[in-house]
Amino acid sequence: MPELKINGEVHAVDVDADTPLLWILRDELGLTGTKYGCGIAQCGACTVHLDGQAIRSCSMPAQALENRDILTIEGLDSRVARAVQEAWIRLDVVQCGYCQSGQIMSAVALLESNPAPSDDEIDSAMSGNICRCATYQRIRAAIHAAADTLAA
Amino acid sequence: MKASPSTATTGGLSRRTFLQSTALGGLMLGLQLPLAGRVRAAAEFAPNAFVRIAPDDTVTLIIKHFEMGQGSTTGLVTLLAEELDADIERVAIEYAPANAQLYGNALLGGAQGTGGSSAMADSWTKMRRAGATARAMLVQAAAQRWRVPAAEIAVSRGVVSAGNRRATFGELAAAAAEVPVPETVSLKAPGDFIYIGRESTRRVDSRAKSTGTATFTIDVRLPELLTAVIAWPPAFGATLKSYKADKALQVKGVVDVVEIPEGVAVVAEGMWPAIKGRRALELDWDTARAGPASSEALYAEYEALADQPGQAVVASDDTAPRLAKAARKVTATYHFPYLAHAAMEPMNCVAWLHDGRLETWSGHQFPSIDHPSAARAAGLETSQVTLHTLVSGGSFGRRANPWADFTVAAVQVAKALKDKHGWERPVRMQMTREDDTRAGQYRPLYVHKAEIGLDANGALSAWRHAIVGQSIMAGAGMLRDGQVDESSVEGVEPTPYSIPAHSVALHSPAQPVRPLWWRSVGHTHTAFAVETLMDELAEAAGKDPVAFRLALLDGDPRMAGVLKRVAEEGNWGRELPEGRAQGIAVHYSFRSYVAQLVEVSLRADGLPRVHKVHCAVDCGVAINPDQVAAQMEGGIGFALAGALYGEIDIEQGEAKQSNFHDYRVLRIDEMPEVAVHIVDSRLDPTGVGEPGVPPLAPAVANAMYRLSGKRVRRLPFAAA
Ligand code: FES
Ligand code: FES
Repeated sequence: MPELKINGEVHAVDVDADTPLLWILRDELGLTGTKYGCGIAQCGACTVHLDGQAIRSCSMPAQALENRDILTIEGLDSRVARAVQEAWIRLDVVQCGYCQSGQIMSAVALLESNPAPSDDEIDSAMSGNICRCATYQRIRAAIHAAADTLAA
Repeated sequence: MKASPSTATTGGLSRRTFLQSTALGGLMLGLQLPLAGRVRAAAEFAPNAFVRIAPDDTVTLIIKHFEMGQGSTTGLVTLLAEELDADIERVAIEYAPANAQLYGNALLGGAQGTGGSSAMADSWTKMRRAGATARAMLVQAAAQRWRVPAAEIAVSRGVVSAGNRRATFGELAAAAAEVPVPETVSLKAPGDFIYIGRESTRRVDSRAKSTGTATFTIDVRLPELLTAVIAWPPAFGATLKSYKADKALQVKGVVDVVEIPEGVAVVAEGMWPAIKGRRALELDWDTARAGPASSEALYAEYEALADQPGQAVVASDDTAPRLAKAARKVTATYHFPYLAHAAMEPMNCVAWLHDGRLETWSGHQFPSIDHPSAARAAGLETSQVTLHTLVSGGSFGRRANPWADFTVAAVQVAKALKDKHGWERPVRMQMTREDDTRAGQYRPLYVHKAEIGLDANGALSAWRHAIVGQSIMAGAGMLRDGQVDESSVEGVEPTPYSIPAHSVALHSPAQPVRPLWWRSVGHTHTAFAVETLMDELAEAAGKDPVAFRLALLDGDPRMAGVLKRVAEEGNWGRELPEGRAQGIAVHYSFRSYVAQLVEVSLRADGLPRVHKVHCAVDCGVAINPDQVAAQMEGGIGFALAGALYGEIDIEQGEAKQSNFHDYRVLRIDEMPEVAVHIVDSRLDPTGVGEPGVPPLAPAVANAMYRLSGKRVRRLPFAAA
């Protein structure tokens, strides 16, 4: 029975070892902020942090996760995360919103490693996250806005 | 149990109440107003079917439209709060139950549904009247309480006052409920608006959707909830011969395998065992009647059909003689592929059959279809079925579904389990991305053929146009025999351009692939043909593309207006660096006018890189200007995805694409910078969800021609 550390808490989950983290979060733990979009690491809707890195939880089996730190949108509360979420809200980035947990997780990981990304750096860090509503222009603007807040 | 706040599961009927009819000013007396979730507190004030005010000051707006991201929820809140003079930050929302009598859409023939970019147009007067009526009754209650004339009473952000007396909405709610509903109310003059037309009015759902707390269908949690993944037919028209479930049933977490009319459902305790169980199914399909043979075969067949007479949409006796005499002619054949919607949330629905009733939770975009369809699938009356409408991760037309496919499948699985085991457990039918991409219900494949004549002066003299492709309305069972499906031709005919001799013919062959409306419907292909042809004609006539169009838009100042505006804002004809070109297009759809000017270069692979888009839109009053801009931005990105990559290719009845690796959509590095210019207007609001889509692809194609000298006649660009 794998033990997983999620948002600072240890959970023992009774699943097959090949079960992707995404479905453990959603179906076993009720953490539904992380979304399913493709299941093959193509869309980024399922993005969470693994030891601080943005990863696709749909393609991360339970067996690879013991003793690692997993952070989901529900567990976000760093200064960077707050700046990102406030920028998202201020600029009304969202439309349907379905991709946005993943977008925000990728944006937070980006700003945590690069506090002042250029447009090109944003594009390359965020290109794994599809937004079918095409809110991309506002995503870029919100990342810049969050970077400004953090620099102030 | 955790469900979204708008979807508590016990029903309750209110006390008798007064309802304002949806018709102007009339009153319907004594209807029962069903409330989602609870019996209304006695002191609550509900002057009509849209608004309730509780003693604790909560103003609740019943949202009659479906939210797929387009922002209609925010629009409705804005309209109500404006005339109610409520504090907009404190308006709570609840999605409406299925009840077309109360929540029907006049622009959809009274059906309850969201589509055709009609939500704001239908709500403009209705929601403001709902707010103004409630306000008038609160004022009347205060006037009686304080014994002052109503005219001396002011209302601001949820507080009613006269001199130094003040009361909140909640404090007046009980008294207002006793006031007769006024027969007429006056609405604010636009100059008095505090929320409508203001950038400071923001989306109501940004916080929930930026914190992962919004509840989509995939997030619904109910006790003992099961997940069903269905083995759907692998090809259009294929049927199940037989299957073996033994191995699937051995997968840990799989609880049963049941057959439904369209396929085989693996039912499990969660999504992963359901997926694994489906992989372990042994299925034998009969594909003898599967089709169509291929997309390429359809193109060939449709091209031949285009030369046959067809259904006359419009026919002028002058077309043939004028074409025969034309000084110059432009002829073109266009190919448009099948397109999947690829909404971010794959289709799904939760169905719970219990205690002789059915409840469903889904992005029910069209309750007037989903409600009876769900009842039929369950073998119940609609009165025994409660629909809970949730926000959805996009739709783009997919969830406005004549077959209610995702709803019906969920109900069928729940019913099969109940019939077999007597279970009354809720079931979520969840499509995988692959299921969703391959499910059909596509924007149909079309062929256009056009032959257009110019006279010796370069003026347009005649236009013959043939369109071949499946009828969406016929597929939906909404077309009378012999009737022209306007959604196949809209944008070619009617057209805002003055065309002296115009003949348009339509062929609507049926195919085993379900056709469906895809964001901007017929305009997805008609705008491309017409607006690239306009550039070709301008070139043949030796005229500037903007001037050529303007000469044909004499009778249409709003079309001309957006075209001139975008040419000005985008500095049409400006000097550009080597390797860059401008392109322009303008289109009328869903009662709105949109022109776009793009700046494009070509990538190494020959595909366009769109750097900048100027977009001018005339949609009447912009209720939420920032949301109008958002819909233009999103429409542009959506259109660009389709133009660059969008193609479902069919072979032997099978869709070859399955997921985002081969059905590509736009990514952030491909998103142009978009500048939206909204025409200032006091005319009634019109559509914004779809009209941003049509002009983009032709504008880009027109710019590509300037760079490569090649006309684009086939979409997507990647296939041309
Ligand atoms: S669901 Fe994981 S990347 Fe799409
Ligand atoms: S907001 Fe809809 S997919 Fe991104």
